Amino acid sequence: MAKFLVPFVLFVLLGAFLFVGLQRDPRYVPSPLIGKPAPEFSLPSLQDASYPVSSKELLGQPWVLNVWGTWCGGCREEHETLLVIAAQKTVPIVGLNWKDDNAAAQQWLRQLGNPYAVVAADHEGRVAIDWGVYGAPETFLIGPDGVVLYKHIAPMTLEVWNKEFLPRIESARAAAGSKS
Amino acid sequence: MIRRFLQAGLLVGLLATCGLATAIDTEAAFDDPVLQQRYESINRELRCLVCQNQTIADSNATLAQDLRHEVREMIAAGKTDAEIREFMIERYGDFVLYRPRLTAQNLLLWAAPALLLLVAAAVLVRVIRRRAKESQLEPEGPEAGQS
Repeated sequence: MAKFLVPFVLFVLLGAFLFVGLQRDPRYVPSPLIGKPAPEFSLPSLQDASYPVSSKELLGQPWVLNVWGTWCGGCREEHETLLVIAAQKTVPIVGLNWKDDNAAAQQWLRQLGNPYAVVAADHEGRVAIDWGVYGAPETFLIGPDGVVLYKHIAPMTLEVWNKEFLPRIESARAAAGSKS
Repeated sequence: MIRRFLQAGLLVGLLATCGLATAIDTEAAFDDPVLQQRYESINRELRCLVCQNQTIADSNATLAQDLRHEVREMIAAGKTDAEIREFMIERYGDFVLYRPRLTAQNLLLWAAPALLLLVAAAVLVRVIRRRAKESQLEPEGPEAGQS
């Protein structure tokens, strides 16, 4: 009996590993930035090129960085959700307009509404590379101490926002409050 | 006869475009052949995150172009190959490497062949010992076959 039991257990184990493997999304690349200081950037604002958007100014509060472009279908898909989230006024949403045309991006915001507190224009895509961005839309959550807390790759949904972002924002606020 | 010529022409045309398809950059990144060589070999080691089964040397995705640009500038700035690899890992994680490194997470995977070999060897030794014992226990002599 034991003669068959061992191979059978091994088979079930292997099957379980393969089954779990099948459910995973191979396109999802975990970010090495989580738990590390967010890469600093200073870029011209989308609306007014003479006004720089700097990551340093955002220190001291939790904030969200949303990478988008008018060429990106998923960004159009999540736009309504971003507007809803922005209306909650929980945290500022900073836009990173990735390799886009300024005029097209401005028109997009005029037509669809603007969920962003401010939008940084990354024409060359260098800041996006610093943040390890590989496919818009991507949304980062940054803590008051400037540490990356979470990254969501795919269009934002209210479900993801409520489940993954809000609890982290609350605990980051609580941690920052107890320190000061 | 004309048809032959057309076919030959088509074939030549196809072969010519095949050659073009292998070169992604339209011109060499460096005049110095040594630097160009380094540039190409680094690009062949880095995964394009958008088209994940291609290196950034193979892909014409915008991100691959940007990353090649980044590699070119780092080489020009005098960075070593290891520093350039580190730059990519810091941003995109180990997944960006086509040749995976040994890390705490994949230690078991790297050790797996050696472990499996050890297990197999242990099983083999046990089987051989058992068989040796069984053959010793078997009664010898002409009566054994009859029972």
